[in-house]
Amino acid sequence: MPEIFGVPTQALFGQLLIGLINGSFYALLSLGLAVIFGLLNIINFAHGAQYMLGAFCAYFLLNKAGVGYWPSLVIAPLAVGAFGMLIERTMLKQLYKLDHLYGLLLTFGLALVIQGLFRNEFGSSGLPYPIPEAVSGSRDLGFMFLPNYRAWVIVASAAVCVGTWFVIEKTKLGSYLRAATENPALVQAFGINVPRMITLTYGFGVALAAFAGVMAAPIYQVNPLMGADMIIVVFAVVVIGGMGSIMGSILTGFGLGVIEGLTKVFYPEASNTVIFIVMAIVLMFKPAGLFGAQK
Amino acid sequence: MKHERIAFGLMAAFFVLAPLALYPVFLMKVMCFALFACAFNLLIGFGGLLSFGHAMFLGTAGYAAAYSAKLWGFPPELAIVLATGAAALLGVLTGLLAIRRQGIYFAMITLALAQMVYFFYVQAPFTGGEDGIQAVPRGKLFGFIDLSDIWAMYATVLCVFIGGFVLVYRVVHSPFGHVLKAIRENEPRAVSLGYDTVRYKFLAYVLSATLSGLAGGTKALVFQLASLTDVHWSMSGEVVLMTLLGGLGTVFGPVLGALALVAMENYLAQLGAWVSVTQGAIFVLCVLSFRRGVIGEIARLIGRAL
Repeated sequence: MPEIFGVPTQALFGQLLIGLINGSFYALLSLGLAVIFGLLNIINFAHGAQYMLGAFCAYFLLNKAGVGYWPSLVIAPLAVGAFGMLIERTMLKQLYKLDHLYGLLLTFGLALVIQGLFRNEFGSSGLPYPIPEAVSGSRDLGFMFLPNYRAWVIVASAAVCVGTWFVIEKTKLGSYLRAATENPALVQAFGINVPRMITLTYGFGVALAAFAGVMAAPIYQVNPLMGADMIIVVFAVVVIGGMGSIMGSILTGFGLGVIEGLTKVFYPEASNTVIFIVMAIVLMFKPAGLFGAQK
Repeated sequence: MKHERIAFGLMAAFFVLAPLALYPVFLMKVMCFALFACAFNLLIGFGGLLSFGHAMFLGTAGYAAAYSAKLWGFPPELAIVLATGAAALLGVLTGLLAIRRQGIYFAMITLALAQMVYFFYVQAPFTGGEDGIQAVPRGKLFGFIDLSDIWAMYATVLCVFIGGFVLVYRVVHSPFGHVLKAIRENEPRAVSLGYDTVRYKFLAYVLSATLSGLAGGTKALVFQLASLTDVHWSMSGEVVLMTLLGGLGTVFGPVLGALALVAMENYLAQLGAWVSVTQGAIFVLCVLSFRRGVIGEIARLIGRAL
């Protein structure tokens, strides 16, 4: 069997693939956090819970209504995004004039409530979600077997990330958004409904989390606590990338997933902590993050 | 000052007399968490820095106390000193990193660092993994006070708690504390007055970590146990909630918050995950309509700081 640095290539590429998969989820989630933070100045601690809600939404659609994976990929983000907008309208809206930390505390509380309720109902063990038929099976790439579903997850997340980047950085709608991030009062004065834009932005960020949740369901199973530890890693990803740049959070997400995967091959003991160690190193040399600007 | 003396007298009297009516182990738990919350409040309430990783200090100190008392046979006073020192050291290390960012970033960084510490303890052989370090001997304080006697232990915890509380009170009312408040209110102005604000924040952070360690070490001896629960992020969330519920930036708020939360956990314990649902709901309620907290509201009613 061929080897690289004493590691069989099968294992190396296998872990690289898992790293890219994790990286897809880090990228989608940190992108959502960055979009929300840009306009609302709130760190959405409920992001992990909303990711979990996306997965559960797909699970319910399949088991209660017989709706499959592909429609769920659209319906679940819409439903969870609508729920997010409801939260923004009823709760978050009251906090914009206060210290930003209150937004963090409120969303932390919401995450506890949502995760607690689901844990009461479904326990802490995972519920299985089948891989959709069209992307089941795997193909032989010569040096490794690539499960089709995993290839699909990587391609689809990358496409959604780049699409989001394109809309925000290159379209007129995105330019309104960026302008409102810089100076909401001025944008409002030009006749743009900023409060509505804020609601929709929060909804969109939450929908991204739910989308990631649906994609994760067949890989990690559906579990009430699936987002709880994930969100902390994503926070570290956000600190490393810096929240200033959309592309930055996408690249950091994928990159850290790969670094985590490689650590699993070469030094498995550190695979849980490597992202936090990278964060500490980045903080030492570039406190504003790799792509961020110190405010 | 006078109303603060009265409040302090009431609090001290409560903890001296309460064991007549309430279970002493419960009260010791309350005092450990009250000290933990007071230490936390020093940072958020007076320094304006929200740490979401304070469990790492509580848990680290717990492991240090439990390990040294059980495996090295340290007497309790040395075990607690070592635990406090370990937390202080961790405070210096993490503080040097975290203090580089402010506000929301500071919260995320402390949370991430605490998670790193948590994973380290999950894997490290000396922590006993999921089991933790059990059956930690309480030993003899100063060689002659046998802490396996519940009242000796109670008196010790009471002394540690009151000592820690008075220290926090003194710090808050010292020139150092006033500079901290100035930084919280308006950092650029504090800088323009010539204060090295980074150093002040760092000192506050390390002091808060140290006192959290004192609470953690004492708690490990009381329960004769050090476990992963104390390092988990949910513990960091709990101390935030205690302080928020009691009143951010009030002297007595964290104590009341700790009492309320520990009581709630005791009575809701059989309800499992409902504890976290209730805690979450209290968070939401406090943030939306009760931001001053209980003691903060009382202080506003009587028009004095508490």
